[in-house]
Amino acid sequence: MIKLNVNGEERGFEGDPEMPLLWYLRDELGLTGTKFGCGIAACGACTIHVGGAAMRACQTPVSAAEGQPVVTIEGLSPDGQHPVQAAWRDLNVAQCGYCQAGQIMQAAALLKDTPKPTDADIDSTMSGNLCRCGTYPRIRAAIKQAAGLTPKAGQGERL
Amino acid sequence: MIHDSKLALPAAEAAPGPEAASAIANVSRRALLGGAGALVLALAVRVPAARAEDPPKFGADGMPHGWRDDPTLFVAIAPDGTVTVTCTRSEMGQGVRTSIAFVVADELDADWAKVKVAQAHGDEARFGNQDTDGSRSLRHFFMPMRRVGAAARAMLVEAAAKQWGVPAAEVTAENHVLTHAKSGRKAGYGDVAAAAAAVPVPDRAKVALKDPSAFRYIGKGRIGLVDNVGITTGRAQYGLDTRLEGMLYAVVARPPVFGGKVKSFDAAAAMKVPGVVKVVTIDPPQMPYEFQPVGGVAVIARNTWAAIKGREALGATFEDGPNAAYDSDAYRATLEQAVRKPGKVVRQEGDVDAAMKGAAKRLEAEYYIPHLSQAPMEPPAATVRVGKDGKIEAWGCVQSPQAARDRIAKRLGVDAGNVTVNVTLLGGGFGRKSKPDYFVEAALCSKAVDGAPVKMTWTREDDLHNGYYHTVSVERLEAGLDAKGMPVAWLHRSAAPTIGSTFVAGANQQIPIELGMGLVNLPFAIPNVRMENPPADAHVRIGWFRSVSNIPRAFAVQSFLCELAHLAGRDPKDYLLDVIGPDRIIDPVKVGDVWNHGEDPTLYPINTGRLRRVIDTVAQGAGWGRKVETGRGLGIAAHYSFVSYTAAVAEVEVGPKGEISVQRVDIAIDSGQQVNPERVRSQLEGAVVMGMGLALTAQISFKNGRAVQDNYDTYELTRIDAAPKVINVHLVQGGDWGKPLGGVGEPGVPPVAPAIANAIFAATGRRIRQLPMRDKLSA
Repeated sequence: MIKLNVNGEERGFEGDPEMPLLWYLRDELGLTGTKFGCGIAACGACTIHVGGAAMRACQTPVSAAEGQPVVTIEGLSPDGQHPVQAAWRDLNVAQCGYCQAGQIMQAAALLKDTPKPTDADIDSTMSGNLCRCGTYPRIRAAIKQAAGLTPKAGQGERL
Repeated sequence: MIHDSKLALPAAEAAPGPEAASAIANVSRRALLGGAGALVLALAVRVPAARAEDPPKFGADGMPHGWRDDPTLFVAIAPDGTVTVTCTRSEMGQGVRTSIAFVVADELDADWAKVKVAQAHGDEARFGNQDTDGSRSLRHFFMPMRRVGAAARAMLVEAAAKQWGVPAAEVTAENHVLTHAKSGRKAGYGDVAAAAAAVPVPDRAKVALKDPSAFRYIGKGRIGLVDNVGITTGRAQYGLDTRLEGMLYAVVARPPVFGGKVKSFDAAAAMKVPGVVKVVTIDPPQMPYEFQPVGGVAVIARNTWAAIKGREALGATFEDGPNAAYDSDAYRATLEQAVRKPGKVVRQEGDVDAAMKGAAKRLEAEYYIPHLSQAPMEPPAATVRVGKDGKIEAWGCVQSPQAARDRIAKRLGVDAGNVTVNVTLLGGGFGRKSKPDYFVEAALCSKAVDGAPVKMTWTREDDLHNGYYHTVSVERLEAGLDAKGMPVAWLHRSAAPTIGSTFVAGANQQIPIELGMGLVNLPFAIPNVRMENPPADAHVRIGWFRSVSNIPRAFAVQSFLCELAHLAGRDPKDYLLDVIGPDRIIDPVKVGDVWNHGEDPTLYPINTGRLRRVIDTVAQGAGWGRKVETGRGLGIAAHYSFVSYTAAVAEVEVGPKGEISVQRVDIAIDSGQQVNPERVRSQLEGAVVMGMGLALTAQISFKNGRAVQDNYDTYELTRIDAAPKVINVHLVQGGDWGKPLGGVGEPGVPPVAPAIANAIFAATGRRIRQLPMRDKLSA
């Protein structure tokens, strides 16, 4: 049995150790916030944190996560108030929203390592995360806001 | 309205599956059956079939099942005051769930903090048209939804007045509170909701709409998306996220060539993969193929991974059929041959041939635009349960839930009344999810496993290999200029496989919707024009992609105009304005556009003044004419589509090795009054990025009948590092709220690619006449 810690909970898995974490999280645990977009680590929709680092769940076998804490979008913040999540809402970043869990997980990892990212930092770290709706200008703005580099806009507040 | 068992819609309904903590509440079958009287009534109200002598219908009237504005269908108010608005249009990123809800809330004078949104299942007889495409949702439903809110408000006022024994005219409603000023009585909306449900729905003609100066949400543009929390916390439910008790997971091995058939497969090998439950063949489609599955072999398993491994183990082989030789390079040559010969004339004014002979200068050019795939981030996905009681229930991401319902019913041989299609959020649509072949696949699989619910997953490879592709086209343009450099003759031949081939086997001429996307409705002041449509056979499934034929038309026409400006020695922006000519109203029907985006030509004529105004606006916003750094250039383009007007200016840098980078894009839109300006901006920002992707990197090519690109590594789309650091959206205000609205979701895409091409020319003097352009300067 493979022992895992997902969003702080101990889990055991007896299935195919080569199963990508993506399908384990989604199909076995019901954590569907981690999205399937490509299956080849080319779009970043499945980005999660494994051992504190951003990883593509579609290319990470369940066995590779043993002994390291796994955090998904559902576990990023207990109340959904991680600064990145708050900035995403404030700026109404999302269009369809499907890629945004992966974008948020990647951005949270970026800010952990680089609290005051430059445009070049954002380009190099976020370019693995595809958005077909084209929300990039707002993703960039939201990362800067979450980093405290720009003030809150109030755009996404419910009136 | 409200919590009356006959009329109520539930204030908040159950999520798609038992385990789902959903942000997208669905109006479920259970709820509908709970209000059986309402269901029967709704089914009885059918739009009568059009007769030949009937006058033509336009707008929402012309769509299947039209529109509804009965508040009891769309508004529920709970005793605690929570207002639930049912959105009948699919949410795919355009913000419709938010916008529709606040339109209702505004007229209802509801407190936005107390408004929730439920998603309608697919039932057009009940809800009116639900086909979410064509940039139509607010264009067609803004007024009906205003009336819904206003009528519901009137019912609340009436109920309060009755309770208090005062004239209704003395009761006011404001921000969720009803007040009778004379007596000082007040009540919350929830307090009188039950009584209001018993009030007859007021006559449409007597429903008083707000004066627009009193709007609180409409047109204001500072409203958070209703799905923001779900999206940012991972709780939002998309088509791929459905989970049901006992659900199985399926993928399908499909013929790699359109029209192919299964030859062999090893079911036993697939069954050996742990977790695989069953292997099922899916028959190839009857012609015309419409929204039928392409056929293949389904592997049904206990999880997605097992299904994928099982599919690999199948080792399925296929007979490729009649399209086995389809090669996009060879087909390009076929289209080029086609446009060099006369084709079916679809618009003609004056004498083009004579004017061309007498011209001082002439130019001809051919533009090539390859196949594209919509490739929404969420691939097609649907879950279906074929119940033993004969009831079929489906959940999924779909732009056309009624079509999904009808196609499931047809394929399984049941009455559509026994099929319920629940609509989740869509992880992007862009036209692909208007074609619910994947719902039918899921239904066939569920039937094959004794009705266990089956989730059908398309991998990205499936999506790119078995799509409904954006057509491929060659657009040939010829113009003759007079001594001053102005065009006096214009010939445009467009050859492209038609979407019509999806619905009529063998169709090879473009249909009115394609002709009306920038071919026949060219709004230029040129005395001699002729548009022709040579035939083109389809060898793959052709479907609509955001902006559809406007993409090749805008690329060709707006590139060509810039080429003509250069030939004439003119500034491209000034030349563009001069070719459009003076402000005037063009009747689309008179220029051969019988479609006119489905709209009444008297309400929605082509207004060249509005086209000129977006060009002036974007030129001013972009600082047209300013000096740019060495290696950079500015390009401009404009286009009329979906009864809206857009123009873009791109600032592009070309590096020493021909590397193209888009530094900045300004884009202007006049779509009439803007109900949700903040979402208009986001749609335009996204259109710039999508337009840039198809301009520079994206294409689907074919060899031996097979799509060459497999995934996002080879189907390259714009990423954040390449996206312009500056995208400025300029909204042209549309006058007053009495004027009809234009589309928003699609019109932003077409001008982007030609603006970039024209900027590349300005930077380098090199003209690129084909998409995608990225590698065309480095060779």
